[in-house]
Amino acid sequence: MSATTKTRTAPEGGTASQTSAITRLLGDRRLPVLVTAALFLAMYITGLSRYQNYGFAEPQVFLNLFIDNGYLLVAAVGATFVIMSGGIDLSVGSLIGFTTMFTAWLVERQGLPLIVVVPLALGVGAFGGFLMGYVIHNFEIQPFIVTLAGLFLFRGLCLVISKESISISDSTVSSLAQTRVPLGLGDLSIGALVALAVLGAAFYVLHYTRFGRRVYAIGGNEQSALLMGLPLGGTKIAVYTVSGFCSALAGLLFMLYIQSGDPLHAVGMELDAIAAVVIGGTLLTGGSGYVIGTLFGVLVLGLIKSIIQFEGTLSSWWTKIATGVLLCAFILIQRAMTARKQT
Amino acid sequence: MSTPSAATTSRWRALTHHHLFWPVAVLVALLLVNVPFTPDFFAIRMTDGHLYGSLVSIVLFGSPLILVAVGMTLVIATGGIDLSVGAVVAITGALTCSYISDQADQNALAGVFLAMGIGLVAAVLCGLWNGFLVARMGIQPIIATLIIMVAGRGVAQLITDGKIITINSEPYKLIGGGYWLTLPFSIFVVAAVVAVTVALTRKTALGLLVESVGGNAEASRLVGIRSRRIKIMVYMFCALCAGIAGLMISSNTSAADGNNAGLWIELDAILAVVIGGTSLLGGRFSIGGTVIGALVIQTLTTTIYTIGVPTQTNLVFKAAVVIVVCLLQSPKFRAKVFGAKGRGKPTAPAEPATPADAAPKMEVSR
Repeated sequence: MSATTKTRTAPEGGTASQTSAITRLLGDRRLPVLVTAALFLAMYITGLSRYQNYGFAEPQVFLNLFIDNGYLLVAAVGATFVIMSGGIDLSVGSLIGFTTMFTAWLVERQGLPLIVVVPLALGVGAFGGFLMGYVIHNFEIQPFIVTLAGLFLFRGLCLVISKESISISDSTVSSLAQTRVPLGLGDLSIGALVALAVLGAAFYVLHYTRFGRRVYAIGGNEQSALLMGLPLGGTKIAVYTVSGFCSALAGLLFMLYIQSGDPLHAVGMELDAIAAVVIGGTLLTGGSGYVIGTLFGVLVLGLIKSIIQFEGTLSSWWTKIATGVLLCAFILIQRAMTARKQT
Repeated sequence: MSTPSAATTSRWRALTHHHLFWPVAVLVALLLVNVPFTPDFFAIRMTDGHLYGSLVSIVLFGSPLILVAVGMTLVIATGGIDLSVGAVVAITGALTCSYISDQADQNALAGVFLAMGIGLVAAVLCGLWNGFLVARMGIQPIIATLIIMVAGRGVAQLITDGKIITINSEPYKLIGGGYWLTLPFSIFVVAAVVAVTVALTRKTALGLLVESVGGNAEASRLVGIRSRRIKIMVYMFCALCAGIAGLMISSNTSAADGNNAGLWIELDAILAVVIGGTSLLGGRFSIGGTVIGALVIQTLTTTIYTIGVPTQTNLVFKAAVVIVVCLLQSPKFRAKVFGAKGRGKPTAPAEPATPADAAPKMEVSR
């Protein structure tokens, strides 16, 4: 606060235009996304210089970020909607796990064709999200708790279906999973393409439709949104429905990626999704952020993982520690660079 | 002069509006559910100078959760949240057990105390780090504590070298699995922590300061409360509670498991706090409610085991209880289901109101 007033009161001579340009940049709402993108680039370049001889420069390594994290991207896009509206959804990981389990059970044990199972799974996910949104809005219970109940419920339902993992040997699933779409420099999987399509759709919805503006308005200030006459309840419920749908879709992509259903799939992934959204510059208090930031958040998390893979020789606990340290560094750098804006 | 019936009604209304009414009602209901399945559920018997019984074991197995939840209550009262408690539990257990296992005589009291001291100091340092990130750096609590949640388990596994360290120390065993004055020793630890917390927050101004920071940190700072320092202290206290819980868990199993010790305890603790009636938005808290909330969760787990429901449905039941308790606590839900002024018998749930006309009412009531 004091920094901006100082720069505004002391513009003199040739530095004036320069100062105001910096002020404008620091006041820009897109700054957090730009910072994340820049940090992603810096990490990527570090990786390039460090693992040049191990094939890090291959375009496929970059494309693999999308292939390996497509499901996380879809889940994080859903979480972006919820967080943008000022809520939070903790049921994401459980719903992903449940979807893998549900589809594996229907396909393998019940012999249903995939074409029937997919809409069914998406419907169940969306309905689960709708129910949570309905309870959150109509009974004024905090989203954290309602979705925590969702977390328990869906994880419990996984275990009710089966305590053991079900591997999927369905030919449609394996052919879908193995399909690669060539893109000149490399190729992408079906899952990665679906994830990018979801990202595109979310971008359009959030920035170019009435619904998107309502989400921002409610996250910015619920009271004002209400006084403006926006349909608060409908929007809130819709946001959780979107998140449930995205989680189910992420579950399907995860199922494709890993070709099995397991009651312990994607445990804790809601935190990955939330971390991706926040690293992407969206405020947890809602009302501010961009879905493109979420893309960079997911890419950063994915890059951390692949850098650790290139580093090799690291045990599983070093992976956790490194992820934590990098997450921390990331949050601190971003905080330092956006500190002035938020005061 | 009021009629007796009116007096009873108002007393009843005062009772049902007490903030502990619904948590206690749920706890009692859950306890009673056990009776048809285990007729001597409430019986407490004396064997070898120790008290045994379902009620005793509920408190015994629930003690780590109560500890963590009490610390979490204060963090939530400041408007924050601490996701790192599970990792802190693992780190404390790992440090303490690995130190004890390195000793020649694992029963030496000095060594055990030193080991516990090391574990607890590490826990408090984790809390200091969380508090620093939240209060000094201004990072959102859920993200700030996510760092230790992710990295902490890695650190714990690093300390134990990825293995499960087992120890054989009689004095250390006392904290989580021993008996003292016929009761499990952990009950005394929990009672002491709860008593100290209640004394500090309700007999001194500290509780008021915590609530005022949670209500509005900036306003509190302007009236001269060192809100940053309060926040840091609260996170350190929460981590200390988690550390003691970590000692208890590792002592009970005589082992440190970096990967699984205290897994999901943060969610259970947050749940206990909310069941106890503390708002996640901060600004007010109830330690008594939290203790009851933690007991509700532990009773639920025990009930599921004693009734003989397949254990895998445990989580589904938990979800159902969470929703029921929260719905009962929601004034809006009570108004819709039990009638406008709490009169009359429960009726069928009201027709879902259309969002458009439900919305204004909701904002006015807030």
